[in-house]
Amino acid sequence: MVSPLYKIAGQTDAAGETPAHEPAPQSALASATTVGEVLAQTQAGAVIEELERDLIGLAPVKSRVRDIAALLVIDRLRMNLGLQAQAPSLHMCFTGNPGTGKTTVALRMAAILHRLGYVRKGHLIAVTRDDLVGQYIGHTAPKTREVLKRAMGGVLFIDEAYYLYRPENERDYGQEAIEILLQVMENQRDDLVVILAGYEDRMNTFFRSNPGMSSRIAHHLEFPDYSAAELVQIAERMLAQHNYGFGPNAREAFEQYVGFRILQPNFANARSVRNALDRARLRQASRLFADNERRLTREELSTLEESDIRASRVFQVAGARTGPQQEI
Amino acid sequence: MMSNPAGRVTQGQFSFLADLSDAEISLQVEYGLRRGYAWSVEYSDDPHPRNTYWEMFGMPMFDLRDAAGVLMELNRCRKSFPRHYIRLMAFDSTRGIESIAMSFIVNRPPNEPGFSLVRQESRGRTLRYTVHSYATDAPEGQRADG
Repeated sequence: MVSPLYKIAGQTDAAGETPAHEPAPQSALASATTVGEVLAQTQAGAVIEELERDLIGLAPVKSRVRDIAALLVIDRLRMNLGLQAQAPSLHMCFTGNPGTGKTTVALRMAAILHRLGYVRKGHLIAVTRDDLVGQYIGHTAPKTREVLKRAMGGVLFIDEAYYLYRPENERDYGQEAIEILLQVMENQRDDLVVILAGYEDRMNTFFRSNPGMSSRIAHHLEFPDYSAAELVQIAERMLAQHNYGFGPNAREAFEQYVGFRILQPNFANARSVRNALDRARLRQASRLFADNERRLTREELSTLEESDIRASRVFQVAGARTGPQQEI
Repeated sequence: MMSNPAGRVTQGQFSFLADLSDAEISLQVEYGLRRGYAWSVEYSDDPHPRNTYWEMFGMPMFDLRDAAGVLMELNRCRKSFPRHYIRLMAFDSTRGIESIAMSFIVNRPPNEPGFSLVRQESRGRTLRYTVHSYATDAPEGQRADG
């Protein structure tokens, strides 16, 4: 294995990224006759378990992934008995409000589909309108094709896909990109999976004006908003990931915070939670920073105190609106 | 037929073998991608051995992970130039190498006329020799129809 000593800008090192989870060798599977035997040989079971463990909420997403994994297992069994097993169309559309985890799930989906053996390489190429649509006549097709070539063997994630189609400008090049996409989605179903994502109402308008796109997408997944309890769970998960934790009463304070924040405008689910935690970390840092003689312990460095949370502007705004009795 | 015994041009890798199928091409491309090479597609209607630089069909493809992308580009090139020579080239960007690491022909015209030896009489009784490719006898626009 020769690895380049230096890299050209934008070049990805194709080598050395061999994923840890290679699909199981075919020979052991060829004789399987029960679901259990196939599960033991493939990653399907592990994928489902991991999804249940790592993602909070998102029931429709989990159930769809479970269905896809189940189909893979059953297809294996059918193949062993000489029945037709046709690879399903896996193009997806994720709709949901901001911060409901569309991008996060898309990233995982690439890995999941790879481990289930539906895509060969399992990388994710995330693009928006700018990456697909050109500036002048004849610019769009090569640009779109370039992106499609990069996505081959993996997942192409088009964020805010409704921007591709601009009905107000009939000479918009977005339509051209859509046509190329459709063609490849249809003809090279085995080579890549396309995932479109966007806010629900605008995606619906997009599909209404591009019926071809809608019919070529087999899975329309809706991402529901998180409940307050789920958001607090997410917050704890995020903190744990970065070696932080809530101090005494801080969790309760954060629960209250989430309760207030949901009611305020521009609430973006998990993204708002992340931003809130980032701000709390800033406040924690400046609290510890103030005292420059003290020896700080590991405990102190990794704990968000109640005061770090309570200092948020959200509490003042909420207090002002609901009257002084709510003020904390 | 001293210059062209098999009736086909032998340039690059695998040129003494039968034409590679698409599946075999994919395997070669996959190998190159694993080593971090960037593939590109080139075409030409003049197979002269000193015709080193062929026309590029699109940009070299950095950032690819899977052979399907290269095959997609190759098939587009075959559609545009069905009777040209088309070759795939792999660029190795490793410092100190920075050149083509693999190159093989993936498309040929149905009829490959080969080369002739041209003698030019020079000063005194000196003879100068050169190789002339029959494929270039027709004007440029008509060669591919041959």
